[in-house]
Amino acid sequence: MDIVALSRLQFASTTIFHYFFVPVSIGLALIIAIMETMYVRKGDEEYKRMAQFWGKLFLINFAVGVVTGILQEFQFGMNWSDYSRFVGDVFGAPLAIEALLAFFLESTFIGLWIFGWDKVSKRIHLLSIWMVAIGTMLSAFWILAANSFMQHPVGFAINNGRAEMNDFFALITNGQLIVEFPHTVLAAYATGAFLITGISAYKLLKKQDVSFFKKSFKIAAIVGIISSIGVAVAGHAQAQYLVETQPMKMAASEGLWGKSGDPAPWTVWANIDPENKVSSGEFKIPYLLSFLSYSKFSGEVKGMNELQAEYEQKYGPGNYIPPVRTTFWSFRIMVAAGTAMIFLGMYAMFLMWRKKMDQPNTWFMRFMFWGLLLPPIANTAGWVMTEFGRQPWTVFGLMQTKDSVSPNITSGQVLFSVISFTVIYAILGAILVGLFIKVIKKGPYNMDNDHDHGSSHDPYNKEGSHAFS
Amino acid sequence: MLSLNELWFVLIAVLFIGFFFLEGFDFGVGMETQFLAKNDTERRVLINSIGPFWDANEVWLLTGAGAMFAAFPEWYATLFSGFYIPFVFALLALIARGVAFEFRGKRDSLAWRRTWDACIFFGSFLPPFLLAVVFASFIKGLPIDADMQMYAGFTDIVNVYTVVAGITVVMLCLVHGLMFTTLRTVGDLQVRARKLAQKLLLPLGALLLTFVIMTYFMTDVFEVRGTLLLIVVILGIIAYVLGGYFMTNKKDGWAFGMTGAVMALSVASIFIGLFPRVMISSIDQAFNLTITNAASGHYSLKVMTIVALTLLPFVLGYQIWSYFIFHKRVHEKEHLEY
Repeated sequence: MDIVALSRLQFASTTIFHYFFVPVSIGLALIIAIMETMYVRKGDEEYKRMAQFWGKLFLINFAVGVVTGILQEFQFGMNWSDYSRFVGDVFGAPLAIEALLAFFLESTFIGLWIFGWDKVSKRIHLLSIWMVAIGTMLSAFWILAANSFMQHPVGFAINNGRAEMNDFFALITNGQLIVEFPHTVLAAYATGAFLITGISAYKLLKKQDVSFFKKSFKIAAIVGIISSIGVAVAGHAQAQYLVETQPMKMAASEGLWGKSGDPAPWTVWANIDPENKVSSGEFKIPYLLSFLSYSKFSGEVKGMNELQAEYEQKYGPGNYIPPVRTTFWSFRIMVAAGTAMIFLGMYAMFLMWRKKMDQPNTWFMRFMFWGLLLPPIANTAGWVMTEFGRQPWTVFGLMQTKDSVSPNITSGQVLFSVISFTVIYAILGAILVGLFIKVIKKGPYNMDNDHDHGSSHDPYNKEGSHAFS
Repeated sequence: MLSLNELWFVLIAVLFIGFFFLEGFDFGVGMETQFLAKNDTERRVLINSIGPFWDANEVWLLTGAGAMFAAFPEWYATLFSGFYIPFVFALLALIARGVAFEFRGKRDSLAWRRTWDACIFFGSFLPPFLLAVVFASFIKGLPIDADMQMYAGFTDIVNVYTVVAGITVVMLCLVHGLMFTTLRTVGDLQVRARKLAQKLLLPLGALLLTFVIMTYFMTDVFEVRGTLLLIVVILGIIAYVLGGYFMTNKKDGWAFGMTGAVMALSVASIFIGLFPRVMISSIDQAFNLTITNAASGHYSLKVMTIVALTLLPFVLGYQIWSYFIFHKRVHEKEHLEY
């Protein structure tokens, strides 16, 4: 494989992996902050336990999220140095601000939260977790500001052969960011919520610590349903913006080669043949694409062939069609997972409203357990659609992926890093899952039992070597 | 009056000085866990002594890199692509180290803990070594061509000069970390930390001196900034001597301040030697990256200056506050697992 393909593979795989943990951190931080707030306000120890138990999972997850994030800060320069040179003037700023504003906040207050249970007052401790929650959200804002520039570049001019920022305010009020930020952050809240309802459902099925997990389930289910519906609303806004700014991505995500016709139907599935530029065996819902694109039941959407011709006129010869199958199916997977989340959340609300949480259906709780996988599937599919759909561009209309890569690295070096990061990430992932299972099995009231290896009865007391002392 | 380009050079220098000063001691403590701690409890005490801080300390590095990207994108691009393989190793080490702190106590098995202890050790040793190699090669010069692309071979990066720099910084982190340990622990562990720091002081001095002499002969920095560097070297010697004096008199806080000062002055000397260059080309002076030709435009720098100067006081404020909250020493008898 060439350097571009290998670098793309590395960026995609490390970023997707990183993004399994980021939304969990954002979501759990908020819900734990809510739980601890209830503890401080009501004085009920059970809420404290909740913050601590879910906090345990949160911290394991947070650690993996943090370390896989360091790589993100470096790999623009490592693998995409020509990209960094071209856009650094604009793109570097949100990254630097993210570190200064969000990373410091998160990392300092997470330390206070972990080690501060007995050292600071209840209120300061509560403040710490809220600071972490706010920090994770701010972090999302700034990195999405950077990503939005890649989707829809604004606030810059081409000077000295590169993109130079000339309007910072435009950068942070980018229309893309205004729709992308709520969509992404609400999806993250849903991710944390469905993780908690999923684990709680499992424990309720086992009839372990029923009161504890019923309360946890309820809090998370409320967060889950609000954010799932919010994600859909924000997603709708994003689709409308997409038609305006990146119509090619929209057309690809519909497998639409020719014009859609007016009103435009939404394709549920299709057999796409990118070689011959045809889609067949389509199943369509009338009016729906018009509604998704324009919030009304009329209006035409441009197809890829027409856009390709337009782009050739505008940007010169080349292939401007992204990987159609990937874009098409990732969009559908995201929508399907998101819809399932809304249905699960609504049914949970129904049970809570009818006060039937004491005897929930076994099948429903099983669904809720497996439901914890829905948000990560939707998140991943959503990003795959967004980033694959932008191809062949790194910055839409300005710079292509093939021109972005570092010219001074070799494919051997990148192969080495791809393999190294894949191996270490696979190990991290396996350990994280193992530790999650262990913590969940132990439950909230046995958390500290395995930790009492004091010095006096430590069988490994003698193994310490002290060559220097 | 400082130009914005100069100001950002200074700010990035400050971020890296802050990083080496702060993460320097937690790297040191991470290394100590392998030979200062006599048993698992002591190891746990050492880890907990940096527990609330190390993550925030590491953010200084991320912010430094982010600031470089924003203010000097050419520097960021040349540096990270040019040192591709060293950064892969540094990242692997930092990744393993970061999760090790969290994972280590999560299973009660000797093999498990030993594995993570090894990650903590190598993760605390490799990054300062590699970063010192990178910084030393900045002033030694690197094969950077007219397009600001760096095509470095193995010996351009790994050579006697940079390896001495690496070992020196690792030793400095270790002594600095030992002094931090004297501040955060009690009893036997504290006494042993102080003793070991005293023992290592002489080798550290020898390494620092070697590095200064090699720098004098192998780089142009003393020609370019002779007077200023001479002052820094003299201040460094004073801090070093005072550090030794305070250690003998068990004034641990002061001694920690002095090892930190030696660290800060060492990092500062690299930046002073570089200025106004940011990376030196060994092919042709004309190919040097400087604070002018590597920088972002004026508008971008202005925005970043406003943002940074607004945020920095808060960041420093709450970080100092967190050190204040955890100023008490870590005892063996307290709740150690989190």
